[in-house]
Amino acid sequence: MLSQILFSLFLLAGSYFFASKVREISRNIKLGRDLQINDRPADRWKVMARVALGQSKMTSRPVAAFFHLLIYVGFVIINIEVMEIIIDGIFGTHRILSFMGGFYDFLIASFEILAVGVLLACVVFLSRRNLLKLKRFWMREMTSWPRTDANLILITEIFLMSAFLIMNATDSILQSRGADHYVLAGAFPVSSLLVPLFNEMSNDGLMALERFCWWFHIIGILAFLNYVPYSKHFHILLAFPNTWYSKLEPKGSFTNMESVTNEVKMMMDPSIVPPPVAPGASPPRFGAKDVKDLSWKQLMDAYSCTECGRCTSVCPANITGKLLSPRKIMMDTRDRLEELGNGINKNGPDYEDGKSLLNDYITPEELWACTSCNACVEACPVLIDPLSIIIDMRRFMVMEQSAAPAELNGMFTKIENNGAPWQFSPADRMNWTES
Amino acid sequence: MDNFKVRTMADMMAAGEKPDILFWVGCAGSFDDRAKKVTKAVARILHHAGISFAVLGTEESCTGDPAKRAGNEFLFQMQAMNNIMVLNGYEVTKIVTACPHCFNTLKNEYPQLGGHYEVIHHSQLLQDLLDTGKIKVEGGTFKGKKITFHDPCYLGRANDVYEAPRRVIMRLDSLMVEMKRSKSNGLCCGAGGAQMFKEPEPGNKDINMERTEEALALTPDAIAVACPFCMTMLSDGVKLHNKETEVKVKDIAELIAEAIDL
Ligand code: SF4
Ligand code: SF4
Repeated sequence: MLSQILFSLFLLAGSYFFASKVREISRNIKLGRDLQINDRPADRWKVMARVALGQSKMTSRPVAAFFHLLIYVGFVIINIEVMEIIIDGIFGTHRILSFMGGFYDFLIASFEILAVGVLLACVVFLSRRNLLKLKRFWMREMTSWPRTDANLILITEIFLMSAFLIMNATDSILQSRGADHYVLAGAFPVSSLLVPLFNEMSNDGLMALERFCWWFHIIGILAFLNYVPYSKHFHILLAFPNTWYSKLEPKGSFTNMESVTNEVKMMMDPSIVPPPVAPGASPPRFGAKDVKDLSWKQLMDAYSCTECGRCTSVCPANITGKLLSPRKIMMDTRDRLEELGNGINKNGPDYEDGKSLLNDYITPEELWACTSCNACVEACPVLIDPLSIIIDMRRFMVMEQSAAPAELNGMFTKIENNGAPWQFSPADRMNWTES
Repeated sequence: MDNFKVRTMADMMAAGEKPDILFWVGCAGSFDDRAKKVTKAVARILHHAGISFAVLGTEESCTGDPAKRAGNEFLFQMQAMNNIMVLNGYEVTKIVTACPHCFNTLKNEYPQLGGHYEVIHHSQLLQDLLDTGKIKVEGGTFKGKKITFHDPCYLGRANDVYEAPRRVIMRLDSLMVEMKRSKSNGLCCGAGGAQMFKEPEPGNKDINMERTEEALALTPDAIAVACPFCMTMLSDGVKLHNKETEVKVKDIAELIAEAIDL
């Protein structure tokens, strides 16, 4: 009975803290500009099914795709097992789902096989990061925290899977000895290999070990659940909404700024009356200086980023040694948003700290190196659009600060005066027909 | 031009005629000496295929692509609205252009400002002319030669046009070789996003050199391009490697025009 109460308390606390953090993140995301995204729902479901559920973007790197798939499937399927653990924990039952008979055996066997798959994948991923030191995991923005984050998750998963297998091994011995409470249920293709390790132990010793693994496994899962929203691993949840809300227009189609359209129309036709401005309202900024100037979708992008660096490894600017890294753009956006969010937690919703994404996190040099080639957008496995943030920040530098590089200002002037980005007379436009 | 006159929309209007298609030449196509040769090739092909076309001539202005991508939305929209006024004034419905930047902007960004046209890139037009037999190609100078194609970002990733230029090159009976980074994985030439108009940020290499080296590693006879910016970037790269006699940088329109002796 005591253990049931204890378990229920852990479960409640775990869920409560998880829910509060998720609520905080969702509030942070809503600090962004409003944006309506609900057109073409059928297409959106399809994109989500293909990219998030079907992992379609992973395939460009087959090795990573294979091992990632193991972890992904393992994660999804193992939730059925977690459900059983939760029921057992609350009601003091043991293997409550075992009434399913042969199907239950099949389930348990497949969890075990997947658990080995997950173990293997975690070992491979750890080695790629720490032994092979793949370049994309050791770049400038991959400071100690992002690297630790990845390692922590992988090591935790190894522990969780090991606990699960040892739990099954000891359980199966207890089952075969007909110990009280341990109903005969499940098939153990993998953990049965571990049986010789524990066979010498007494029933009491086995029960203690089995219970220890059981508790370790479930508390580990609750702790993991609460760690995820602080980690790049939040992508396991946000990948789904993030792909659903992703851009369906061609990648080359950049957002149209309505606010500018109104001003340009008034400039071209002075008879147009400006729309009334609500008293006290400050006019919206052109472009983005800080996270609040970005749309909620761009902020959701930042929380969805898993720091895999696929974007950066295909970025022509980064490849040729420039400062720009699209992954860093996303990481900076998230870090800045978290910073602002923490300030708001402490000081209330109107909190300003005088800092901004531009300059304090992202430098103009990074932003001006982008060729707008869309390689990063194409590469991202969860359909993040770093380019849209880059362009919005350029818009701020150009339209609010007039801080474009001098050559670009020259180009603007030429377009204004000659209708071409070069110094040629519009009258010469047909010269090509002559020579 | 040589044996025919390129007509403007204004000429046509005055004569009470309307062309089937507007040829949007673009700033590079109008003013850049190398790109002008491509413009001519396109015009010759259009004429040869018997397509009634016209240009805007002095009434054409920059689409605003480099301004928009540099972040100057004001200037972009000014350009766009003026161009849309001209285009709508001539009741233009169909546009072809040899510049992927113009193509992208006209096709994807003008509709939001009231400009609705059917816009095609010259690679799509060429593919169509070849498929329907309106022009016929028999190998020509590039028969059996090794050609690689550099995907322009604003044609490929930006608009998912990967096959049309390749289908055009195949018609030359040449040996098409792909770079490792091609199609959706293609590497930028380094000119997009207004980079064409400024010095690159400091790094260890210029992007066009990286791309040129990748192309040259295949020892091609020609690098085919389909964008005036890529043309400049890759020609410069080839020149810096002193390979301009062995390796030609050619637009797909030039390849076709040469193959049919235009
Ligand atoms: S769009 Fe910009 S950031 Fe993205 S890959 Fe291209 S150059 Fe890099
Ligand atoms: S933006 Fe996408 S591709 Fe880039 S690091 Fe984040 S998840 Fe990976």
